[in-house]
Amino acid sequence: MHLTLKVWRQKNNDSEGRFETYELDGISSDMSFLEMFDVLNEKLIAENKEPVAFDHDCREGICGMCSMYINGRPHGPLQGVATCQLHMRSFNDGDTIVVEPWRAVAFPVIKDLVVSRTAFDRIVASGGFVSVNTGNAQDANSLPVPKEAADHAFMAAACIGCGACVAACKNSSAMLFVSAKISQLALLPQGQAERKIRAEKMVAQMDTEGFGACTNTGACSAECPKEISMENIARMNREYLGAKLTSSAV
Amino acid sequence: MSWLTQTLSSSIGKKLVMALTGLFLTSFLAVHVAGNLQLFNADEGLAFNLYTVFMTTSPIIKTISYGLYAFILIHAFQGFYLAYQNRQARGKVTYSKVDNQSTWASRNMALLGTVLLVFIVVHMAQFWYDYKFGQLPFKKYTIELAEGKIVNTETMPEGYMLKSKLEEQLSDDQKTKTIIVKDLYMIVDRAFANLPLVLLYVLSMVAVSYHLVHGFRSAFQTLGINHPKYNPLLDFLGVWVFGIIIPAAFAAMPVYFYIMHLLH
Amino acid sequence: MATSSRLNAKIPEGPLQDKWTKYRSSVPLVNPSNKRRLEVIVVGTGLAGASAAATLAELGYKVKAFCFQDSPRRAHSIAAQGGINAAKNYQNDGDSIYRLFYDTVKGGDYRSREANVYRLAEVSGSIIDQCVAQGVPFAREYGGLLSNRSFGGVQVQRTFYAAGQTGQQLLLGAYSALERQVGMGTVQMYTRHEMLDVVVIDGKCQGVIVRNLVTGEIERHAGHAVLLCSGGYGNVFYLSTNAMGCNVTAAWKAHKRGAFFGNPCFTQIHPTCIPVSSEHQSKLTLMSESLRNDGRIWVPKKKDDTRNPSQILEEERDYYLERRYPAFGNLVPRDIASRAAKERCDAGYGVGPSKMAVYLDYSSAIERYGRAEANKNNIHSPTDEQVRALGKAVVKEKYGNLFDMYKQITGEDPYEVPMRIYPAVHYTMGGLWVDYNLMTTVPGLYALGEANFSDHGANRLGASALMQGLADGYFVIPYTIGSYLANEIRTGAIATSHPAFEKTEQEVKDRIEKLLTINGHTSPEQFHRRLGHIMWNKCGMARNEQGLREAIEEIRTLRQEFWQDVRVMGTANEYNPELDKASRVADFLELGELMCLDALDRNESCGGHFREEYQTEEGEALRDDENYMYVSAWEYHNDSQWELHKEDLEYDNIKIAQRSYK
Repeated sequence: MHLTLKVWRQKNNDSEGRFETYELDGISSDMSFLEMFDVLNEKLIAENKEPVAFDHDCREGICGMCSMYINGRPHGPLQGVATCQLHMRSFNDGDTIVVEPWRAVAFPVIKDLVVSRTAFDRIVASGGFVSVNTGNAQDANSLPVPKEAADHAFMAAACIGCGACVAACKNSSAMLFVSAKISQLALLPQGQAERKIRAEKMVAQMDTEGFGACTNTGACSAECPKEISMENIARMNREYLGAKLTSSAV
Repeated sequence: MSWLTQTLSSSIGKKLVMALTGLFLTSFLAVHVAGNLQLFNADEGLAFNLYTVFMTTSPIIKTISYGLYAFILIHAFQGFYLAYQNRQARGKVTYSKVDNQSTWASRNMALLGTVLLVFIVVHMAQFWYDYKFGQLPFKKYTIELAEGKIVNTETMPEGYMLKSKLEEQLSDDQKTKTIIVKDLYMIVDRAFANLPLVLLYVLSMVAVSYHLVHGFRSAFQTLGINHPKYNPLLDFLGVWVFGIIIPAAFAAMPVYFYIMHLLH
Repeated sequence: MATSSRLNAKIPEGPLQDKWTKYRSSVPLVNPSNKRRLEVIVVGTGLAGASAAATLAELGYKVKAFCFQDSPRRAHSIAAQGGINAAKNYQNDGDSIYRLFYDTVKGGDYRSREANVYRLAEVSGSIIDQCVAQGVPFAREYGGLLSNRSFGGVQVQRTFYAAGQTGQQLLLGAYSALERQVGMGTVQMYTRHEMLDVVVIDGKCQGVIVRNLVTGEIERHAGHAVLLCSGGYGNVFYLSTNAMGCNVTAAWKAHKRGAFFGNPCFTQIHPTCIPVSSEHQSKLTLMSESLRNDGRIWVPKKKDDTRNPSQILEEERDYYLERRYPAFGNLVPRDIASRAAKERCDAGYGVGPSKMAVYLDYSSAIERYGRAEANKNNIHSPTDEQVRALGKAVVKEKYGNLFDMYKQITGEDPYEVPMRIYPAVHYTMGGLWVDYNLMTTVPGLYALGEANFSDHGANRLGASALMQGLADGYFVIPYTIGSYLANEIRTGAIATSHPAFEKTEQEVKDRIEKLLTINGHTSPEQFHRRLGHIMWNKCGMARNEQGLREAIEEIRTLRQEFWQDVRVMGTANEYNPELDKASRVADFLELGELMCLDALDRNESCGGHFREEYQTEEGEALRDDENYMYVSAWEYHNDSQWELHKEDLEYDNIKIAQRSYK
């Protein structure tokens, strides 16, 4: 396969970025998208040019590190697939592929296609947990959890924190990410004790980070590699408004 | 009350304000369209004019309408502010290429809302302002009571004034009654002889349609209502009732008058 | 043979069952006000690191945690699929702490330490309790209780799971506990930081040198203890199921500063991975061992049979695992399943374009589940199509995400055609040698999780890595670290201006400078690939003396070439993944040699270490308990110079036998 790549290059967050165009030959359709980038980088190194920086790690769709905005879509053209699981058989010989970093004020560019997503960590640190010190737990089977609740909690917990939801949203809203965590813990009995304060704190932190507000376009869910449902955002709204109306904090 | 301002100024709180005001405006539309259907009554505007009187005199309706004006303003300004903020969240550099996986309407609520705001201003200046503060002609209907038929209508001479908006009088033989009422119907009728205006109305109703197809369902989502059992009902209401039937009924009104003018 | 005087495993006295309980109650404590003044550095935030950092912070220690990823949640524990073992006996199938202990020691081919493994089995139940309390959404039955499945090498159902994403869910649980402490200010989190050396002052480890990967800045961090939770070194093989960033650097630097390296040659080759398809392949993807629960593994009986698998009749198929190991069948331990696949492929029975693959077939499971479902739903005499549809639905519920992943990568639909699988490097049982307290031979320097030489002996059983990582972090280190830190309360704050910090930092800077100024022709990636090739061919699934000797020579040559010809683009003062990569490859180039050396020393076959010279007539591993029942612990002296120390393994509670799964 022959490809033309238009790749965003940016030295760091302070400098301006621009697109560079690269021609690439001999790409096999069995390669993964990131392996295609490996080939590009090897080629650049051979030409004594600086390789493209991009985030990646597990390359099996679970760590959430990879983050490329490919031809106008986070993680590229396939539904429910992270960049690392995208293969070149999804493209055609002669295609031009535009690759950009996630773009959001809350995700500053570190270099080229690499952005910082520490905002997500801070949101989790604000309340995305159950306060249970090690050793405090009772027997795991002492509290039955309806299978349906466990399954729904799992589906929300499957979020890999890649940030595609923010990248896809025209408002750069992080509500799918935040709602997945709030939902997981709201659905389980273990999460009940801190249910209200969790929703209040996580939403407050989300707002502080500079993410936009949700306008329910559904782009986040459509682009989510783990297909996290919009139902979670509805649940978060309920949790948050319910908490605000009834919590003791004035 | 700091918790309340805090809540309403949070991202979810702002959405909540949009949802609640939006749903109120939506419910107003349902009432408005029901009333305006009187325009299609072949009674030379009597029902419509009576309805107008009711709408502008009933204390309850009046209270609600002040709320309505406030909600329109809140909905509009909050909407603009949110759109601005949301735009800021993307940052200076935007994507060079976007292959959207969302509906056009959902992404363009602010644009659609702007169209609607302009429309509302035009619409109110034209009818509401005129009705309240302008010099409207009065019309006198004579109705035969036995069959409820209008036997005579007559536009009162220019300069005719009435203390109230409506005057009803029973004839001495108790067989007919006369009603004198501000004739908004005629204003409507005249206005829609104007093609550009008709087009503006139709276009605005298309905007209403798109705005509501997304907005109705979205408001429920914001309120936390998203359940596989009830989503089909919400979809039906949002798309068919509020997205298609109501805007279509509204749009039919100017078109109807325009065609009537063409035929005469 | 006697244990080297340099190795003191510090195993508590007393009967096996009481060792941990008694020790736990007698280990010195640090009082809360002193804990606040003691700093602990945790390197790596996988299951072991995140759980240790969170727990130590809960106890009151000041913790600094480091990871090279952009978030602690992305450590490679996240990719573990199948499950986590615990001796809960919820299934009432006869499980017990002793049985988990026994299975683990036997599975490890009698090369692990009894006391450690028993402790692991003892705390396994608490791990599940802790995780459930954190909100980890384990799979449940309709009654609301936890569900279990079976894994290789075991005849009970003791594996807890969350679909095929157990590692993810457990790590997110530990990560949330960690972030909670970060939010409380008790843990300082440093993401995108890589540890490049440990600082040893007066024989004690008292700090680390790290590089801020974003700015390139070299930083000094002091601590009263340093915990290396930096994972395994499977990436020495280039192609492995490890994440691209997994590296040995932290452990290797510690090794060069005096920590002995234990059993480096013990690597686990996982039997069910998606085969290599092209030369550009950058990594291999595991298909969870849980698939062997229901899938059947086979190759054609005829050599070089290139027919479509659906055309090969039942009687023309060789279900070689079921044939060779009737008792355990497709659920034999990983090392055995891997070798059996290699044996078939080497003998010419392999399938697929490369002939280096075997089939993992779900058709009979689909059929079986389909019939059961039809029965359940009162469908009498269902059509074949109905059966298939019903069966597929069951399989989808159990393994859907794995099947999707297979389809993503290969473009083939595993519901319709059998999956092609081949063994791949997956885990390293070897690692830094640690005592019962998890302390390395450098006082104050600990190794947890996959980074230590671990409790798995020569082969790890499925679903035991998650168990060990969390056991070390949640339930072992919080107690055992007290025995060292109790004596550190008088040390006071450690100044990073100490000459040892200065010297170590300078060495780190010099090395970076050197890497950047070679300006050769070959990218680090290509060196890594070549190293991987040598390792896989000569120190992989099967090893022999001649190959190992050759490999050592080849690695030395390659290392020399690396230091003369590597081309590292960019500068030291910026985000530079090429520099990170080069630095990691340089360490792998040294580790590879030690692995071969260790494999050469061990003149026996055991677990994942298979020396072709030492096998039974049937091709099974032939252990030599008389001469090799020891942990090899290598001390680094100089380039290519190591000294071997041996820790004798004693089994008082287990009868040692030829491992049989027949």
